[in-house]
Amino acid sequence: MMAVKLASIFFTMILVDNYVLVKFLGICPFLGVSKKLDSAVGMSLAVTFVMVLATAATWPIQMFLLTPEGSEGTSRDMGYLQTIVFILIIAILVQLLENFLKKFIPALYKSLGVYLPLITTNCTILGVTILNIDNGYDFIESVVCAAGAGLGFLLAMVLFSGVRRRVEEAVTPKCFEGLPITLVSAAITSLSFMGFGGIVESIFHV
Amino acid sequence: MSPIVLAIVLVTGIGLIGAVILVAASIFMYVPVDERVEKITAALPGANCGACGCAGCADYAKSVVEDGNAVNKCVPGGAKAAAAVAEIMGVEAGSATPMKAVVVCSGTCDKTSKRYSFEGVQSCQAVKGLYGGDGLCKFSCLGYGDCTRACAFDAIHIVDGIAKVDYAKCTGCGACAAACPGAVISIIPEHKRKPVVQCRNQEKGAVTRKQCTAGCIGCMKCAKACPKEAITVENNVAHIDQSKCVGCQLCVKECPVGIIHVPANQ
Repeated sequence: MMAVKLASIFFTMILVDNYVLVKFLGICPFLGVSKKLDSAVGMSLAVTFVMVLATAATWPIQMFLLTPEGSEGTSRDMGYLQTIVFILIIAILVQLLENFLKKFIPALYKSLGVYLPLITTNCTILGVTILNIDNGYDFIESVVCAAGAGLGFLLAMVLFSGVRRRVEEAVTPKCFEGLPITLVSAAITSLSFMGFGGIVESIFHV
Repeated sequence: MSPIVLAIVLVTGIGLIGAVILVAASIFMYVPVDERVEKITAALPGANCGACGCAGCADYAKSVVEDGNAVNKCVPGGAKAAAAVAEIMGVEAGSATPMKAVVVCSGTCDKTSKRYSFEGVQSCQAVKGLYGGDGLCKFSCLGYGDCTRACAFDAIHIVDGIAKVDYAKCTGCGACAAACPGAVISIIPEHKRKPVVQCRNQEKGAVTRKQCTAGCIGCMKCAKACPKEAITVENNVAHIDQSKCVGCQLCVKECPVGIIHVPANQ
């Protein structure tokens, strides 16, 4: 039952509740880094990694520091500090990760380049960590959810980089050249994901 | 404990712990970097715009130090950043003279004409593939603007059928020269007085004459006029050695077809 629930969360995050195409979070890297396939994949993998790490770090902080059990309604309830504390944690994590990669995996550090610091202000990361708490997931569910959200991001980026290549080769009306046609194609890509609505519930019978 | 004190203690605590971890990490995982890289990064505007062709200011600083990238590629920083970077790179980098692009062709619409009418994809690359280009002179600028599209600084345009460099805007990055299928664009050191022969037609004088009225006919007049022997005529086309040239401009007056120009004055 546990495995089924985890699988359901995982695939829901990728297909049904895709953070970019359905929840419209993280649009900035989605439009900014999807021009080339390799940089899109690199960015998505970095986001996935930071997402899982950030969830693993913020979940215990929320549960044991901000809102420990039985604190609800009392003056000990620090839930209102969630946003600021989570941003702090994510910033620290990204910086730590950057140092780590620089020292131990310079090749990856070089290929990620400027994208890594940009993840600090990526709203999908904050969105995933906060929504995990809001959905009442336990620790393992949260981590699986973050991994799913990251892979969903990867899927959206890879799909859209393909779409964009086709759009760039096509002849577009002058008024649609550049960003407008990109936004229109993003909207249609997003629409296509609406087709996944309900698919996961039907497969896993949750 | 009152909630506000608790909140302050909590956030400060997390921040402090994070700071300690980060400081420890930066000491433990310290990667020795050339201190010039850090200095150059600090001197750059930090916009991470990528106009220099690198993945951000830090990456550009690294490429300046390690791969000998030009010091004047920063567009937002302009001359100020270039001067600062040049100063940091110091003596060993040499006094880095800025480079400029020069179009080595003078065959404007009134000087030469087309061999055939080309109606395919409007790019130099495409027309070059069809019998070596549509110009009468096969060494000429094709004028379909591959260089204009390659230029990130809006510094090169097709004027009167051939490419023309906006000398003030040109940063000498060489993107246009790389994009040109005919190798008509040279990247030479910037100089206020030194002239350039703006033709590379290697046909014999009589043939050149028929193709273009602004073509080098290899008459040697410039080579004879040059007091420093900086001009050589090879393959029926004159070439000025920029390192020997002193900028006296005697050749400019001497040239019967008027194709020796000082790029800075154009």
